[in-house]
Amino acid sequence: MAPAVIAKIRWWLEDRLGLETVKEFLAHKSVPRHSATMWYYFGGITLFLFGIQVTTGILLLLYYRPSPNEAYESVQFIMTQVDFGWLIRSIHSWAANLMILTAFIHMFSVVFLHAYRAPRELTWLTGIVLLGLALGFGFSGYLLPWNTISYFATRVGTDIAAVVPLIGPPLARFLRGGSDISGGTLTRFFGFHVAVLPGITTLVLLLHLALVQKWNISVPPKVEEEYQRKGQEVPRIPFVPDFVLRELMAWYITLAILGVLAALFPWELGQKADPFAPAPAGIRPEWYFLAPFYTLKLIPSHVWFLEGEVLGVICFGLLAAAWACLPFWASRRDGTIRTRLVTGAGVLLVSYLAVFSALGYWR
Amino acid sequence: MESSRRGIVYWLLGGGLIGSLASFLYPVLRYIRPPEVAQAAVSEAEVGAVNQFPVNSGKVVRFGSKPVLLIRLASDDWRAFSATCTHLACIVQYQPERQRIWCACHNGVYDLNGRVISGPPPRPLEPFDVHLRDGEVIVSKRA
Repeated sequence: MAPAVIAKIRWWLEDRLGLETVKEFLAHKSVPRHSATMWYYFGGITLFLFGIQVTTGILLLLYYRPSPNEAYESVQFIMTQVDFGWLIRSIHSWAANLMILTAFIHMFSVVFLHAYRAPRELTWLTGIVLLGLALGFGFSGYLLPWNTISYFATRVGTDIAAVVPLIGPPLARFLRGGSDISGGTLTRFFGFHVAVLPGITTLVLLLHLALVQKWNISVPPKVEEEYQRKGQEVPRIPFVPDFVLRELMAWYITLAILGVLAALFPWELGQKADPFAPAPAGIRPEWYFLAPFYTLKLIPSHVWFLEGEVLGVICFGLLAAAWACLPFWASRRDGTIRTRLVTGAGVLLVSYLAVFSALGYWR
Repeated sequence: MESSRRGIVYWLLGGGLIGSLASFLYPVLRYIRPPEVAQAAVSEAEVGAVNQFPVNSGKVVRFGSKPVLLIRLASDDWRAFSATCTHLACIVQYQPERQRIWCACHNGVYDLNGRVISGPPPRPLEPFDVHLRDGEVIVSKRA
């Protein structure tokens, strides 16, 4: 095509879409650059992995059939008969795990860099909702292959929901689509996984990104103080192309890691679920549910007047609520931040998750 | 006068809006709640021939739509319990080498009377009766 024609099409598109405003905006957008800048990339990497999940999820939908008689067989068909089916499914499973890992890294980097502080409370809250949605994706997607481990994970997970005080029994019934795990549960979880959760996630994600854009990326208090002492401004780099190119590099590295994991360690399918078979020895959930899993193992059957699992669910609920409210209890009345308290709470939580996950895995 | 009339209009509009929203939401909420499916009340089930169950073995069998753990301890010593762990609803199994009932999910252990020995289960397993009829094993609800 002649350059003149290309230029004309480009002008036409720019004019009709108003791209000048976008270009102008991007030309002026900048990002702070300092010793902790690398942690900024994990939010973007999580977003990238979400994109991979959407893409591979759509590809899996072409063959997957959500019924107890066909689900396992259809995944088996994808993995053994469809060209590169094993790879697509393996990428979907590995990317799901990596996405949750990078979401956790992103969250803890926000905590340790104190990026949750005013005026970014809503950015934090929407991020926590997104993490909850990611765990929801993990939980609902886990059942879809209808294999032994996913069947028992869903039995345990929905039974945990059943012990939530007051709303537990109707909530469990709603999740299971009946009184027990059945085809109704599979259909519901499929609906949650491919329609409800993606819809909600897209909306919350847009809000999260809009808030990041509105309040810009935070500079850690220590870095701010350091530059204030020197009487200098924190250096900034242009968003386009500097930051974007660095982020793209991070995405490329992530893609390489994902490709290696998916190709060298293909995700296994296991045995087809049998509602009348005992839970196999050594059964355990995905790594991100290991800490609560092991905690539930340790809590005795009764503590005072409460049954152990009820106490566990109440404690997890309170912990999650306290964690979600972090920006509010972290700030003093004069607006300063209780950095030591937050760092201590963050270290405690990371230690709890790491130690209990390791114990849950090996014991 | 003007403001009170405006107030009434606001109340009517607001009330109408809330009423219409509730009328949309109510059927949706009712719809997402799964209906109760009537299940045939099972009081006993024939679960197989006696020779299908070796001595010192356990097997999860169907009792209607529910799993029941049937254990044969000796040629004439049979036990049956609900196979659903009272902790978080995993399916339990019989461990012949240790002669106990075990849940692999959270390490709950029950004795051969269904009582909790260790681990997090809060209640014993529900017992069932077992009797033999014409070489067949019959599991029935305990009265």
